[in-house]
Amino acid sequence: MSQVLVVTSGKGGVGKTTSTAALGAALAQEGQSVAVVDFDVGLRNLDLVLGAERRVVYDLINVIQGQANLNQALIRDKRVETLYLLPASQTRDKDALTDEGVARVIAELRERFDWVICDSPAGIERGAFLAMRHADLAVIVTNPEVSSVRDSDRIIGMLDSKTEKAERGQWMDKYLLITRYDHARAQRGDMLKTEDVLEILSIPLLGIIPESQDVLRASNVGSPVTINNPNSLPAKAYAEAARRLRGEALDITIPREKRNLLGMLFGRRAA
Amino acid sequence: MNPFRLFTNSFTSRNSSAPQARERLQILLAHERALVGRSDLVAILREEILKVIAKHVAVDPDKVRVKMGKTDRLSTLEVDLEIRAPSSNVTALAS
Repeated sequence: MSQVLVVTSGKGGVGKTTSTAALGAALAQEGQSVAVVDFDVGLRNLDLVLGAERRVVYDLINVIQGQANLNQALIRDKRVETLYLLPASQTRDKDALTDEGVARVIAELRERFDWVICDSPAGIERGAFLAMRHADLAVIVTNPEVSSVRDSDRIIGMLDSKTEKAERGQWMDKYLLITRYDHARAQRGDMLKTEDVLEILSIPLLGIIPESQDVLRASNVGSPVTINNPNSLPAKAYAEAARRLRGEALDITIPREKRNLLGMLFGRRAA
Repeated sequence: MNPFRLFTNSFTSRNSSAPQARERLQILLAHERALVGRSDLVAILREEILKVIAKHVAVDPDKVRVKMGKTDRLSTLEVDLEIRAPSSNVTALAS
């Protein structure tokens, strides 16, 4: 049965696009067929993070307006063959997204893929609303920081009232993905701990992604971190989050580098 | 990194800012959640309260603040308004 998942946050810059790419790739690496859909019309970036920016011919708006069909617009990943991208338009206005058009495209994607992952734009406007509108479940990307937590709370309220599922009176499954987590700073009391964020937002935890250079390196080269460096801490955390999405009950551990005493004193990693 | 700072940070929580973040968020979100979905309620109350008060005293519509709050045990409605100085009365008394 196919699942439509929205990756959302309210606040910008918390890691929605990175997480969409990494979760999508991780699911595809397990053999699931996955379409990642960029809803950030006018400011698309999922193509760049996936390294497909030079292969975009048609986009979501073209499909909605009937200028292209899905087969023409979908871009197949060159590394993981079950991963596809439906890019957003870079030149059009987000008003070109219509409710009926989005509904039709999502329904068509549902027929073809195990997972349809919608990368929401920041904010609570039309683009974000339409990205979550037809979702079966939501991943809320949150940084352990006050403004991100506040905006996530707002988005949770929106998921519970403005989605099709909520309007039918059904329960919307929502999972928290904490990104840019710095264990040492949380231990020192300078960053909200996972438990704090969980207690405040009271939704189940999907995973904790550590702040890491590997994430930036992956986006620099246009490859999801789970493909670019599968043994890195963030890649492992994303891969485990993807398995949890598929229903596996895995314990969630706080990802951290192992350091020896000298490493602790001088702030360097031990081998 | 200064090794001494490592220890002072690890063993004293006096300077840690996360508990403040947590507390501020809990208070703020309790307020915001009470209003979500009924965001027009405050606006409606504001208009109607203003109408009733304006019947009897002169109020400046821009100087009315209506706020709803919520704690564990009770919800509060706070109305804060400025009543214009009744200038005719002031001159009457002065003369």
